[in-house]
Amino acid sequence: MSTAELDPRYDIRVPSSGLKRRRRTQKVMVVIAILSALLACAILFIVLGSVLLKGISQLNLNFFTRSKALFGQEGGIADALVGSALIVGMCVLFAVPTAVLVAIYISEYARPAARRFFQTALDVLNGMPAIIVGIFIYGLIVVGRGYSAVAAAIALAILMLPMVARATQEVLALVPRSLREASLALGVPRWRTVYSIVLPTAIGGILTGVVLAVARVAGETAPILFTSSVVTTNGVSFDVTKALQTLPLTIFLNSESPSTSDQAAAWAAAVVLIGFVLVMNILAKTFAGRRRRKLEGG
Amino acid sequence: MTTTTHDMSPAGGLPSRRHVRVGDFVFQGVAFLAAALATVTLGLLTYKVVAQAWPAIEHFGISFLWTNAWNPNTNVYGAASFIFGTVVTSFIALLLATPLSIAIALFLTEIAPNRLATPIATIVELLAAIPSVVLGLWGILVLGPFMEHHLEPWLQSAFGFLPIFSGEPSPVGVLPASLILTIMIVPIISALCRELFIRIPRDLTDGSQALGSTRWEAIRRVALPYAAPGIAAAMLLGLGRAFGEAIAVNQVIGSQVAINRSLFAPGDTLGSRIAGQYQGATSGLEVNSLLYLGAILMVISLVTNVVAQLVVSRFEKARRLN
Repeated sequence: MSTAELDPRYDIRVPSSGLKRRRRTQKVMVVIAILSALLACAILFIVLGSVLLKGISQLNLNFFTRSKALFGQEGGIADALVGSALIVGMCVLFAVPTAVLVAIYISEYARPAARRFFQTALDVLNGMPAIIVGIFIYGLIVVGRGYSAVAAAIALAILMLPMVARATQEVLALVPRSLREASLALGVPRWRTVYSIVLPTAIGGILTGVVLAVARVAGETAPILFTSSVVTTNGVSFDVTKALQTLPLTIFLNSESPSTSDQAAAWAAAVVLIGFVLVMNILAKTFAGRRRRKLEGG
Repeated sequence: MTTTTHDMSPAGGLPSRRHVRVGDFVFQGVAFLAAALATVTLGLLTYKVVAQAWPAIEHFGISFLWTNAWNPNTNVYGAASFIFGTVVTSFIALLLATPLSIAIALFLTEIAPNRLATPIATIVELLAAIPSVVLGLWGILVLGPFMEHHLEPWLQSAFGFLPIFSGEPSPVGVLPASLILTIMIVPIISALCRELFIRIPRDLTDGSQALGSTRWEAIRRVALPYAAPGIAAAMLLGLGRAFGEAIAVNQVIGSQVAINRSLFAPGDTLGSRIAGQYQGATSGLEVNSLLYLGAILMVISLVTNVVAQLVVSRFEKARRLN
């Protein structure tokens, strides 16, 4: 045993008196920790509860089949649902292949210096506020070409890329080294090893990451505000070169309206959005849980 | 290095060495291009945001930072009140969220049995999944009235001597915005803290307890100092998130160009002003000034994130040396 120097950060002196007081502090702290956890849970249930309470009574078939109301009519969110689905769908198409490739490059190919460089770039991109990404695409695409669903999808893809890349890197790191080595030892080229051994092993984890990222970007409002907010078409449209209605923007614009019927529409749209987000999250959790059990069982 | 490893491959049924080289070259090239694309996007983003703001940067110079004005009639703009609003709301959020998050993380790692910790951790994570626009909607229509009729009058009666609790209670303002931001960053900070606390070496806290400390004393004097740099990094990441939030803040802060002492009064933040004003902007200079706000926000976020990364890598290095 070496002579142990005590790290100056730690204070291990034990007070010689006041045991009663110290035990009481201990109990108080336990109560505070329990209350804090309860508070966080309570806030989630209060928010979910109010959204359900205020929104669910507005939901009916018309709400899903009709489009945004012109003056005085009863409106729905059919156009916003289609717009959101198209934009998020395109965003996944743009972001996921790129993100997986980025992760493969960083985890499987890059030398340490390059790895650090690209990792930092990804982390910085990940910390970029959504509204800044919105401004960027506004200047890059919208100025000159006008608002469009494609521009919105690109903005969301920039937000999604670091999320999916991070998730992919994490699962790639979990793929056992021995699998790669066995494949390489058999003479399989590195790219085939990645393609037919590493990726299939990691696919579950990547999917989980994609599902969570979809849930995140589907609710993003700031980038949409700068890319697909001035909607000129009426009703359901599939023209992605024009701006389309979206769920988040419907909620945002109606939420700031003084009219109670607009607010009711915002609550109803919020039920749909939050329902989608929660389902995606629970789906991802189940995915992850099943994968873990399989790994542990195997 | 990548190709020579295959030299020992048996001959039968395997691609020729030349084939291997081409395949690896192409695949690595495509993957590299993707990584380069992400990096170029980041570079282009910084350039484009600053370039769009440039007319305003040239026109107002650095004094834009401490000018408190937003007047389309006289075409005079400044960022002071928005920087003030951003800093105040984010720091209040951080001040409230940090102890709460540490307590939650301690509950999950030290107190709750596994059976209970997993579902509660999931619930706290789900809090982070609520879209900011929905949280903002709840902020205006549920939290706002509650603030106006209950929380703010109570704060005033209890701590009314403090100037930050003076003035008329109101459903929109700096305080509700700070609370919404708190809700947004608690899941982030508590998840990071939980990971930190799980990795605290058991023998450290056990040793402290063996010497006669209570559990709490072991945590306060040994575990928390051990995790301190990590907690700092978690706080910085939460702060970065709070700085950048635009939509939910815009919904609840009341959008007013003013520096008020009272937290009940409306204000505005950098992100919220951009989100709220850009469509109503009348002159070119106003648009450029909004983008100047964007450039400031971008720089603040960049600095916060890079500092957080540095703290994390330092901490990791120190941990490995131990």
